[in-house]
Amino acid sequence: MSFLLDGLRALTWQQVVMYLVGIVLIWLAIKKDYEPSLLLPMGFGAILVNLPLSGVLDQTLQGGISTSGIIQWLFKIGIDASEAMPILLFIGIGAMIDFGPLLSNPLMFLFGAGAQFGIFAAILLASLFGFSLNDAASIGIIGAADGPTSILVSQILHSKYIGAIAVAAYSYMALVPIVQPFAIKLVTTKKERRIHMDYNPSSVSKKMRIVFPIAVTIIVGFVAPQSVALVGFLMFGNLIRECGVLGTMSDTAQNNLSNLITLLLGITISFSMRADQFVTVDTLIIMLIGLFAFVMDTIGGVLLAKFMNLFLKKKINPMVGGAGISAFPMSSRVIQKMAMEEDPTNIILMHAAGANVSGQIASVIAGGMVINLVTQFLK
Amino acid sequence: MNNILISLEIMVKGMAGIFVTILIIMLFVWLMGKFGNKE
Repeated sequence: MSFLLDGLRALTWQQVVMYLVGIVLIWLAIKKDYEPSLLLPMGFGAILVNLPLSGVLDQTLQGGISTSGIIQWLFKIGIDASEAMPILLFIGIGAMIDFGPLLSNPLMFLFGAGAQFGIFAAILLASLFGFSLNDAASIGIIGAADGPTSILVSQILHSKYIGAIAVAAYSYMALVPIVQPFAIKLVTTKKERRIHMDYNPSSVSKKMRIVFPIAVTIIVGFVAPQSVALVGFLMFGNLIRECGVLGTMSDTAQNNLSNLITLLLGITISFSMRADQFVTVDTLIIMLIGLFAFVMDTIGGVLLAKFMNLFLKKKINPMVGGAGISAFPMSSRVIQKMAMEEDPTNIILMHAAGANVSGQIASVIAGGMVINLVTQFLK
Repeated sequence: MNNILISLEIMVKGMAGIFVTILIIMLFVWLMGKFGNKE
């Protein structure tokens, strides 16, 4: 009966650590409601792939018989071969986004760009830590505050840290309500946080809403061709939403498609959370750099707003700049909450929402830029 | 050291690229608002 102990004999302490990591992720998802749709499947997957001789991974059994594991197969087909899962998820994300607040107040576009600064600051920091260029760039993209973009870029750049990067990206997205107030208070005064902003949106026609996703796809396609898969599918989803004739498809993209892909993406990404790859000092460093990226994103957006205030008659509440990250709608809600803590009559939600959806566009552009630039240097 | 210099170059070019792209999109939205948004 000793064969019953084969699994136990093959157990390593690193795998036990991964069970704890899995349980912590599941706890964060259930108890703290931190990105549960991703962290729960990732947490459970972390346990699945780290069971000794796990059947969810390809194995060679005694007698030389090879078996295929479902999670390894999903990773191979859904992420490694085509990046299909993160890209398809963008259809659902695009269908969920209302660009109205941004189109009616186009100045907010700039904050989406400013709040990508953390990506590049994190790439620099990762290089200082001695990571290779492709790994540093993949780690930096955690600052896109956009899980699918992080997964896609790190996969295209063949980073071996894709598991740690995905965990960091989704964990910090869930921690935006803690990270952003800390970063904003570092670089703003109470007086600045109390600035009121008028909201007089110009009307946005249906024609504008339909042309916008098509035009953005073409513009970004010419400027950053590597972004086309991301921007294209994001804008495809948005076009389905705005065209007015595909109501049921829009609903499907927003709900069923998004849920299905998210569910599979979480458990699939756990393939890269195998103990031998994940339980390293590098993972801890990546988590720290990811936190740095989120802080610098926020600071980048806030400082841009402060810089613009030097030239504007009607001042911008600099906290709105911090909403230029991609974590939508959480970031804009956090900014509004902070504004009301300083002054209960201060409503800046719609400005923040505009900056926040701009962050969605800018983060995928940034992903394409990073791929374009890094691959040039890897030649 | 080489990677650090490359990272700095990526930072400058990347941020410039994002801002240029966003400014082009803003220009398009402004033009649409000016000439094509009459409902």
